[in-house]
Amino acid sequence: MLSEVFNAEMFALMGQGLLETLYMVLVSTALAYVLGLPVGMLLVVTDKDGIKPNPAINKTVGWIVNLLRSVPFLILLVAVMPLTRAIVGTTIGSTATIVPLVIASAPYVARMVENSVKEVDRGVIEAALSMGASTLEIVWKVLLPEAKPSLIMGAAISTTTILGYTTLAGFVGGGGLGTIAVNYGYYRSRTDIMMVMVVILIAIVQVIQEIGSLIARKSDKRIR
Amino acid sequence: MPEIPIIQIENLNKTFGEGEGAVTALDNINLTVYQGEIFGIIGLSGAGKSTLVRCMNLLERPTAGKVLFDGRDITQLSDNELRKVRRDISMIFQSFNLLMQRTALENVCFPLELSGVPAKEARTRARELLATVGLSDKEKAYPSQLSGGQKQRVAIARALATNPKVILCDEATSALDPTTTQSILALLKELNQKLGVTIIIITHEMKVIEQICNRVAIIDNSRIEEIGPVDEVFRHPKSRAAKKLIFPKNELTEEISGNGKFLRLVFDGSQADRPIIANMVLQCGAPVSIAFANTEKIDGKMYGHMIIQLPANPEAERKILAYLDSENIGYEEEEYNA
Repeated sequence: MLSEVFNAEMFALMGQGLLETLYMVLVSTALAYVLGLPVGMLLVVTDKDGIKPNPAINKTVGWIVNLLRSVPFLILLVAVMPLTRAIVGTTIGSTATIVPLVIASAPYVARMVENSVKEVDRGVIEAALSMGASTLEIVWKVLLPEAKPSLIMGAAISTTTILGYTTLAGFVGGGGLGTIAVNYGYYRSRTDIMMVMVVILIAIVQVIQEIGSLIARKSDKRIR
Repeated sequence: MPEIPIIQIENLNKTFGEGEGAVTALDNINLTVYQGEIFGIIGLSGAGKSTLVRCMNLLERPTAGKVLFDGRDITQLSDNELRKVRRDISMIFQSFNLLMQRTALENVCFPLELSGVPAKEARTRARELLATVGLSDKEKAYPSQLSGGQKQRVAIARALATNPKVILCDEATSALDPTTTQSILALLKELNQKLGVTIIIITHEMKVIEQICNRVAIIDNSRIEEIGPVDEVFRHPKSRAAKKLIFPKNELTEEISGNGKFLRLVFDGSQADRPIIANMVLQCGAPVSIAFANTEKIDGKMYGHMIIQLPANPEAERKILAYLDSENIGYEEEEYNA
């Protein structure tokens, strides 16, 4: 049975699927952080206990983030197809999947960032204010560096969540391991291939999580 | 020394919240701190002292009133101007508030970075400052590797980095053990004498005030109850709040029965070596109960405090008062059980 799964053709297919998945995950995570990090920071800064409280901005941004987060990914995937086509030129394949992936994960990332940055001790922020630091200086020199270990842990969690999203995209021709699992495991009832997919996904999640924890631990100076 | 005001607070009020739920934290505060002095603000927790010190650098915006720094009302400044003024008013905290992801040296560099000092110059200055606070060997250590006293020393070095005119200390020794408290207070006093920097200390501990302050304000229920030189306030406390802080009410004294009057005696250093109470009892032939006794060193002078209960006998009472007068001992009648 194993030899059937691991013939040369299958191997090449899975190898390509793995690469596509990693490509989608890494690019989407990076872009999700480009959008989500500033939004998360904005949520912290404009919070009523933040350094520049602004209820109007805070409520509006918070509402948009919640709205996007409440749309199930599969529905979002289909709903943003016109936008995807406008940006990428097609709605199938791994590059096209990056568009809905970023839209779905940026708000998630924003909440993760908000959570991490809120852990920074209020007293340290107060100390920086008492030294005459501006809002921007506090963001760059206090909030981001002090929250760094927690932000790295958050990034590992976000990456694995985005990995989960990519497989869902397999149902609409998103490419990567998800598409292989749907095409072979679902439409052709190849349970063996399905199992291999699951094992690969578990391995990827473990590796990302471990690397994230390791970097976070190494970078955290609160522990001796 | 001519007294030049550095911080003047005029008719300051601070209320938290609005409408029915509003809480008054500070009620019509007026005080002046002079250049070069060590000024103490003491009160029990919830008295408003932390809010008051936060109004001095506008970490807390007063609801009404003026805060003058070097003659300028800082409540009227723009954000930009205020940030510049804040470099002249440093602050140290009970919980140190160091950046946990930076080394001791990098922490001291932080305010210098904010003022745009080039990195190399900042490091040189930070090294000097760490040497001033006695932590030259810890420049590469992270705060988590330092003891409480060492963290506060780093915080003090950081506070000195911008050559401030004033250092605000918000319960700076409250998280430290008594020995470390002593050494931090000694360091603050040394810096005050060497650099002439004005120091404002917020505390709930009378010991801190006695040890290093020149003047003290006593704050209770959001108001300043009393203000004056430490030895004077200590010898002749006028307000209830001051008395409460100077002789912490101890439960034993509440159980003292009898209806004799209570007298509070104050001795200064010149009488400390004479057995006054023993002589008084022998000469007057009347026993007294001691309800409270304490000695303190203020500004290098010894002071003693004692609360005694007189016998409920007018003749004995008269004799004792006459004896105290003849010996030149200050006393005040005290409603101790009131």
